Amino acid sequence: MDTWKIGPYEFRSRLLLGTGKFADLQTQGKAVDVSQAEILTFAIRRLNLENPHEPNFLEKLDLKKYTLLPNTAGAYTAEEAVRIARLAKASGLCDMIKVEVIGDPKTLLPDPIGTLEASRILVEEGFIVLTYTNDDPILARRLQEVGVHAVMPGASPIGSGQGIVNENNLRFILEDAKVPVIVDAGIGAPADCAKAMELGADGVLLNTAVSLADNPVLMAEAMRLGVEAGRKGYLAGRIAKKRYASASSPVEGMIE
Amino acid sequence: MVVVLNGKKVELAEEIQTVRALLASYQLQEKIVVVEQNGDIIDRSRYEKAPIADGDRIEIVHFVGGG
Repeated sequence: MDTWKIGPYEFRSRLLLGTGKFADLQTQGKAVDVSQAEILTFAIRRLNLENPHEPNFLEKLDLKKYTLLPNTAGAYTAEEAVRIARLAKASGLCDMIKVEVIGDPKTLLPDPIGTLEASRILVEEGFIVLTYTNDDPILARRLQEVGVHAVMPGASPIGSGQGIVNENNLRFILEDAKVPVIVDAGIGAPADCAKAMELGADGVLLNTAVSLADNPVLMAEAMRLGVEAGRKGYLAGRIAKKRYASASSPVEGMIE
Repeated sequence: MVVVLNGKKVELAEEIQTVRALLASYQLQEKIVVVEQNGDIIDRSRYEKAPIADGDRIEIVHFVGGG
């Protein structure tokens, strides 16, 4: 069985699914189901006290079946991220945290300094830390030095659907990594998942590409298959690229 | 007393003196929420005894969909 671990937790699925921006809870439930994801991300927000009992996806979820990965989305400083992480953990539902410290509202690219600082503090506090980071190999290394349990380089800006824009950097991160590498954000299509996994990523985290697809449930299945195809391709070992052709049929025994 | 609850000034009924009573006033006892009072997280086990004072800044948060 091709399993993998993040900190102490073992998983079979290599597709991590975000739970934002789904049109309705029923579609979301089906999409999560067919994705076969075992790790689901959530955000932490104020309860709407004017309507505190509006339907909530988490409350419909079989919590024995899923590992929750709350994020620190919305944080622009390390302090804000740490505060959100502590609130998430106080729920008693999880000790994993997706560290996300944004540096700019237009690109939503991570602030590398705040990201590193928040990650360091949360590792010290005993969280299982998965850090959303720039596709920067040196930053990925620094994060591992402070003890994060997984690094999650963005493929391209959050929700942009551009796929992997800097394959070279991703390769450098993967060659160097001592912890799981999860390609997070910017995925647009199943081919992007397959590509990330073929390069040797341990997993893919995506949200918008499924939740805003014309058919989110079908796309969730397609993404799962993309991840599985890429993973198997990676394990199988692809051939090297050659400049010229190499015949597939025997060159001997031709009729004359 | 008046507290700032999730960013809004709210006048609390006289009988609401603890975090537990505050949550009960919104029927939130069974919901998965986390309470922060003046920047400190209040552990579930302390709800019953945690007093609320005039001017407190209280946050009640929960898990929502996110990526």
